[in-house]
Amino acid sequence: MPSTDSGAEHGNALPILNEIRHALARLLESGETSVIDLGALPMGPQDEAELLAALGEGEVEATINAGGPSSVRETAFHGVWLLTHRNEAGETLARFIEIAFVPELLMSQAEDVADSAAALAKKLGQAQNG
Amino acid sequence: MAHDAPTIAETLRRQGISRRGFLKFCATTASLMALPPSMVPAIAAALEKARRPSVIWLSFQECTGCTESLTRSHTPSIEGLILEQISLDYHHTLQAASGEAAEAAREAAMRENHGKYLLVVDGSIPLGNAGYSTIAGISNLDMLKETAAGAAAVIAVGSCAAYGGLPAALPNPTGAVPVSAIIKDKPVMNVPGCPPIPVVITGVLAHFLTFAALPELDDRGRPKVFYGESIHDRCYRRPFYDQGKFAETFDDEGARKGWCLFKLGCKGPVTYNACATTKWNQGVSFPIQSGHGCIGCSEPGFWDMGPLYKPLSMPIAPVQMMVGAAAAGGAIAGTAMAMRNRAAKKAAQAAHQKVTVDDLEKAK
Ligand code: SF4
Ligand code: SF4
Repeated sequence: MPSTDSGAEHGNALPILNEIRHALARLLESGETSVIDLGALPMGPQDEAELLAALGEGEVEATINAGGPSSVRETAFHGVWLLTHRNEAGETLARFIEIAFVPELLMSQAEDVADSAAALAKKLGQAQNG
Repeated sequence: MAHDAPTIAETLRRQGISRRGFLKFCATTASLMALPPSMVPAIAAALEKARRPSVIWLSFQECTGCTESLTRSHTPSIEGLILEQISLDYHHTLQAASGEAAEAAREAAMRENHGKYLLVVDGSIPLGNAGYSTIAGISNLDMLKETAAGAAAVIAVGSCAAYGGLPAALPNPTGAVPVSAIIKDKPVMNVPGCPPIPVVITGVLAHFLTFAALPELDDRGRPKVFYGESIHDRCYRRPFYDQGKFAETFDDEGARKGWCLFKLGCKGPVTYNACATTKWNQGVSFPIQSGHGCIGCSEPGFWDMGPLYKPLSMPIAPVQMMVGAAAAGGAIAGTAMAMRNRAAKKAAQAAHQKVTVDDLEKAK
């Protein structure tokens, strides 16, 4: 009974590609980064596949293991990253396109670095005393 | 006791979640709340201070579909959001306690968190005869008034709580009314839908959890982030509507090509909801993507809106005009109003149509 339209082309990927083009120009001019939430855009069954095909695969791929695995992938266009956040059960929570030199979440965060510095100092102290 | 509780950021930190993990949580929460990614720093700052709110959930004249919807929400999981981050102190379907023990839990939560707890309601409230719907011998009306008195805000979940829904469909045998018809002195947010999208329910709860306030509402009391645009405005088939390419039947060439479903009765142009982007079943699809028009389930009075398969531009049942006329003369004395209501009921009966396979055929 379900009459889906998996074969249809709706052309909803095009405006997103244009948005990315403008975001890249902003990044180069002022260093300003942009994030696009893929869950907030109208997309039909073919549109997302079309968008991902148009973006292609790039040189970098990383996994962040924090509250479930997140994949971070640079597309064939340098500075255009695809982020997929999953929970511990592996369900997709959100998908973003980030236009940046390095995605924010790949960078170590100051709070975590401070914690680590203290932890390392403690460990060395214990080693010397013990 | 509540002020000693750790903030949400502290709780996550104690669970060994790094700042990076926290920022990921904030990014997914922003997406869940339908807020732009640029809001992530504001969400992070708010979650630094936010504490677990107490939530009391009351179910009146309803089918439990809204609670079913809530328990199917995946982002974050029901366990994560409801059980860890909010304190669901009373929900007679989900809680283990029943009868007097359950009512005692409700009263304790009301006492301890007076003025601060969030009240969520699904189902409409019968004004006809209190006996139509009671919980532990307490009428829905009394329970709503009593529980709303100490609430910080009230969320009416589902078309029944928001607009009266199915129980209020003509001829409204129980005299069902929405929450907003009774509670006038508190912020009431409507989250309509039959049922609302699971992640929209958790999204508004997450908003309250994060900002300790309701999101911005439209003139019907709906959160603008989820109900600000029509299905039609966000529909991926819209390019075909604009080109005048319509499916004429459910199995013709146009249907197979994914053309617009307007002529098959799609109510997308007059329906405000997040289905077209948020979608259902973990973002898999929504009715239009499965080849069926929107039936307008999140609009006021949708049960009486006329046949599902009749295109919007065709005149719909005359009862709408009758009800409109009665509403326009708001100051009419009670008897005149009652007569008009009776006339409206008659018109509703006369206009009532069963949808048959033939109707689907005739829709072209
Ligand atoms: S299918 Fe419905 S919502 Fe989508 S464009 Fe057509 S009329 Fe509008
Ligand atoms: S597509 Fe329309 S009828 Fe279906 S759930 Fe969404 S608002 Fe309701």
